[in-house]
Amino acid sequence: MDKFTRLSAIAAPLPMANIDTDMIIPQQYLKTIKRTGLGVSAFSNIRYHDDGSEREDFILNKPAYRKAEILIAGENFGCGSSREHAPWALKDFGLKCIIAPSFADIFYGNCFKNGLLPIKLPQETIDLLLDDASRGANAIITVDLENQEISGPDGGKVSFEIDPYRKHCLLNGLDDIGLTLEKKDKIKDFEAQKRLSQPWLFKD
Amino acid sequence: MTTNAKTLYDKLWQSHIVDVQEDGNCLIYIDRQIIHEVTSPQAFESLRAAGRTLAHPEAMLAVPDHNVPTSADRATAINAEDSQIQLDTLERNCKDFKVDYIPMMDARQGIVHIVGPEQGFTLPGMTIVCGDSHTSTHGAFGALAFGIGTSEVEHVMATQTLVLHKLKNMRVDVDGEVGKGVTAKDIALAIIGKIGTAGGTGHVIEFTGSAIRNLSMEGRMTLCNMSIEAGARSGIIAPDQTTFDYVMGRPQSPKGAAFEQAVAYWKTLPTDQGALYDKEIFLRGEDIVPQVTWGTSPENVLPITGIVPNPDDVTDKDRKIAMQRALDYMGLTAGQKLQDVKIDRVFVGSCTNGRIEDIRAVADVVRGKKVHDNVTAWVVPGSGLVKLQAEEEGLDKILRDAGFDWREPGCSMCLAMNADKLEPFERCASTSNRNFEGRQGQKGRTHLMSPAMAAAAAVTGHLTDVREL
Repeated sequence: MDKFTRLSAIAAPLPMANIDTDMIIPQQYLKTIKRTGLGVSAFSNIRYHDDGSEREDFILNKPAYRKAEILIAGENFGCGSSREHAPWALKDFGLKCIIAPSFADIFYGNCFKNGLLPIKLPQETIDLLLDDASRGANAIITVDLENQEISGPDGGKVSFEIDPYRKHCLLNGLDDIGLTLEKKDKIKDFEAQKRLSQPWLFKD
Repeated sequence: MTTNAKTLYDKLWQSHIVDVQEDGNCLIYIDRQIIHEVTSPQAFESLRAAGRTLAHPEAMLAVPDHNVPTSADRATAINAEDSQIQLDTLERNCKDFKVDYIPMMDARQGIVHIVGPEQGFTLPGMTIVCGDSHTSTHGAFGALAFGIGTSEVEHVMATQTLVLHKLKNMRVDVDGEVGKGVTAKDIALAIIGKIGTAGGTGHVIEFTGSAIRNLSMEGRMTLCNMSIEAGARSGIIAPDQTTFDYVMGRPQSPKGAAFEQAVAYWKTLPTDQGALYDKEIFLRGEDIVPQVTWGTSPENVLPITGIVPNPDDVTDKDRKIAMQRALDYMGLTAGQKLQDVKIDRVFVGSCTNGRIEDIRAVADVVRGKKVHDNVTAWVVPGSGLVKLQAEEEGLDKILRDAGFDWREPGCSMCLAMNADKLEPFERCASTSNRNFEGRQGQKGRTHLMSPAMAAAAAVTGHLTDVREL
């Protein structure tokens, strides 16, 4: 997995609530057996006209935001389906960090598996960042995961909370399956006990 | 109140802890994983690339559902190439990794969340995962069941565990008796209308109260299925005699003495008296009337007796914009009576409402009536076994006689990943779970409701209060 340590980038404002996973990556693009190549289809229903041309009113199509790597969004971002195609599409598009007042649980967890950092902040703070972001390429925002701190273009700083385990995995780009397999003996012991107490669960 | 009193969720959680990490996260044992063709291929691919194997292939079940054709000629129907690749990939992966696979032409095939319970693969007290958010359905059995992303699918494949942090306990209590024509779907939509699509975020919802206890297993599954639309990854209901009766005799349920032993354990699962919840919501069954959505989020829901709301009545700027956007997308005007909204399509099916009880409810409403001339109406059974059961009961004849298309099982028009979809601007009375923009087809317009309400709309050609039909 890609590491996430520190990012200085343009932030795009998309202050819409309930941006669902169908909006992030519509169902017709889920028919892939790969993780890559979804960026071109990210947000396609609101990003393109029916003829495939770009909609000028979509924030990430505007010249100032085409290189944005941070997205600042409304509450309940990523609600809906469990499709990991949503973070894959955002990542492939070039986004590395999503900042919102709240996220849907499954989407939030999926981000961490893909080196994409979701940050929850209170609406008042989001409003300030949206204000910064509205200045486009003139406003670079810096996200420092190690110190759990976001710096605005004018030097203002805000801190954010994050689960320590997820932070550790992101900072180091760790494969958590590898970490879990180190506990193989504990898992075997648990299974052995469970075989005795709930034998009906085991088919082999 | 005793501090030792535990909720159903507390018990499910604690009985699956393999290890507690220093940071407070837990390694949680996963008893069962269900897979389908859309969210599993990348997991198998990574597993292969890392040279890893499945920890317990026998604890998995695979069923193709999202992409399968639902037309009568499905065996020979020409599927889109990319859909066919996903279906073939699932079959090949299951063969290579020795996973129990139910092929499309098997009578047991259907939507994963309908097949699992039917086969007795889903049992109380388990942890169950699937790369699909509607895995919450299985919580109806008193199992901790939740949707996961593909990376977690792979994690479970390789380790039979997940690293998780404990969620909060939320209780949604619906006491009293619901009126005639009010179903589990209406209860689910009424709850979402009350708490919103993020109301359950960070929580596991336990549904309690007499209106819940009185639901059949089918109704309980509908309710738990929709808990994700309230933001809760899991919705659970304590197992009781209704649960045990449903589970008994299923192909994969324990038999004889093992069943008795299991029931004895399952009876210890319900929430202890005095256990505390972090959040509690109360509704009265009598207050719930048939519900229908008007917008593009399940929380945009109202009683069928209502009118399309006015964005001008909302003060919050962002909400006003969102509401206007939803009305524009749905082609509705503020102040319009919901019952005046004309429809083009009816879709009965999905993991929310594709069970035998749902099909019976539709047949009850349309028996001896005709689908309106302007409406194309489909019933897509949730599984081959549901279809067979309905045909044994003669329900397919009632539906066909009324003008419904009686189709083969699959996810179908719930998410339009197959040939089944709305045309732009078509308006659908749908028993599915999401009315997001484009969910049932680009620019398609979805109104969520119960099977009985969808049946009533099929007959009249507009949104209709089934109680008055």
